[in-house]
Amino acid sequence: MAEELKLHRTWSSPFGLRIVWALHIKGIEYDAIFEDLSQKSPELLQYNPIHKKIPVLVHKGKPICESLVILEYIDETWKEAPLLPQDPYEKAMARFWAKFGEEKLLPSIWSVFTGQGEEKKEALGLAVQNLELLEEQLKEKFFGGEKIGYLDLVFGWLAYLLDVFEEVIDLKLFDAGKFPLLSAWMKNFYDAPEIKEHWPPRDKLVTKFQVLHEKYQTANPPK
Amino acid sequence: MTLAPQKEPESLSFKNNMAEEVVLLDYWPSPFGTRARIALAEKGISFIHKFEDLSNKSHLLMKMNPVQQRVPVLVHKGKPVCESDIIIQYIDEVWNHSFPLLPSEPYQRAKARFLVDFINKKVHESSVKVWMGAKEEQENGKKELLEWSKFLEGELGDKLYFGGDVFGFVDIALVPFYNWFIVFKTFANFNIIETECPKLVMWGDRCLNRDSVSKSLPTTDQVYQAYLEFKRGWAHG
Repeated sequence: MAEELKLHRTWSSPFGLRIVWALHIKGIEYDAIFEDLSQKSPELLQYNPIHKKIPVLVHKGKPICESLVILEYIDETWKEAPLLPQDPYEKAMARFWAKFGEEKLLPSIWSVFTGQGEEKKEALGLAVQNLELLEEQLKEKFFGGEKIGYLDLVFGWLAYLLDVFEEVIDLKLFDAGKFPLLSAWMKNFYDAPEIKEHWPPRDKLVTKFQVLHEKYQTANPPK
Repeated sequence: MTLAPQKEPESLSFKNNMAEEVVLLDYWPSPFGTRARIALAEKGISFIHKFEDLSNKSHLLMKMNPVQQRVPVLVHKGKPVCESDIIIQYIDEVWNHSFPLLPSEPYQRAKARFLVDFINKKVHESSVKVWMGAKEEQENGKKELLEWSKFLEGELGDKLYFGGDVFGFVDIALVPFYNWFIVFKTFANFNIIETECPKLVMWGDRCLNRDSVSKSLPTTDQVYQAYLEFKRGWAHG
C-alpha cells in the first residue's frame, strides 16, 4: 500500500506538514520523500512543472499539487476520520477561512518577519487585525469542533512558527493575553498526539529563519 | 456608478418564491461575479440579482462580507457564501440533482481545483499587469499570459471542455478571463493566442456560445468601460 502513496515534502515546510498530519489522522501509510529545494528532484519538477513546489502527493503515479487541494483529495479518497464538515455551508465557511489564512493572514505575518521600519510596523498592525478575525472564529476546542479538522491543519503552522519568528526578529507578534482562545488552541494543537510527533526540531528552525531573516535585512536595508 | 446588464435575461428574474432564498451581490463587469452568474444559470437557479456600486458599497455587502468586502457574495437563506470558486462548489453541492459542475472522481476534482487555483493566481495576476502596468510591465504580463495559455491548451488537449465532454468548474473559472483576452486584443495588442493556442480559442468560442455564458458575460465594451472607470477612480485616490 505504501508504494502507492508518496509525499514530496521538506523537513520544515508547514504546507508539507499539513499533509503529514492529515495522513496520520486518517491512518494512511505512505513514503515520504524529503526534497532539498535548492536542488529539486527531477520527479518533483515533472510532477509540479508549473509551481515547482512541495508538497506533492503522488497516488498510484498521479500527482496532486497545492496543499489545500491535496487535503480535499485525501478527504474525498479516504472517508474515515473526515477532515472537512459534511454540510455544504459549513464546508464553504471552512474553505473561506482557509483562503483567508493563505491570502491574508500568512502574508501579513510574513511581512512582519521580512519587513523593516515603517513597513514592519504597518504589517504588524495588519497581522494583529487578521489574528483578531481568527480569534473570533474559534467556538470550540478546535476549529473542527471537538476534534482536529481541516482548518486546524491549515492554521497549524501558527502553533510552531509564530514563536520561532518572534525569537528571530525579537518582536512580540502574538500577545497571548489578547488572544486567549487562539492561545489555548495553539497549546491544544501543539500537544495533540497525531500532531506533536511530527514537529520539526525547534533549534534547527531558529537557525534556518535566522539565516533567512539576515538575507532579507541585507537585501533591503532600512532607508 | 453602477454598471447593470443592458437587458435583464429571463432566468435572472425572480419567477417563484424560491428566488427570495437566493441573492447574488454582484458587479456586472467583475470576472468573479460572472463566474457565479454562469454557475447559477447552468443549474437553472432563480435568484435576486443585486448590483453594487463599488465606490459606495451597500450595508448588505459589508454585513455579508465584512472580511473581504467584495463581490460576488451568494446569500442563501440569509447566509453568505463568499469567493467565486467557493460559491461554485457550494452551488454544486446544494443543487446536486442535475448538471454537475465538478467531476465526481476525486483525482479529477483535484485537477479541477488545481487549475482553478492556477487561474485565480497566475492568470488573474498577469491580466492585472496588462490592465494596469506601464509599458514594460504590460509586456511582461502579455508574455506570462501566453505561457499560461499554452499550459492551459496542454491541459485542455482535444477535449471539448476542461472536465471532458461536460462544461464545468474550470471552464466557468476561465471564461471571464478569456473574455478579458478578447479586450486585450485591441487594448494591448495581445493577439498571439490565435496562432499559438488554437484549441483554447476554439474552446473559448464554444463557451461563448453557451446560453449560460452569453447571458452572464459582460460585453467587451462594458469590460473596457469599467476599466476606464476604475482607472479614473484609482488615479484620483
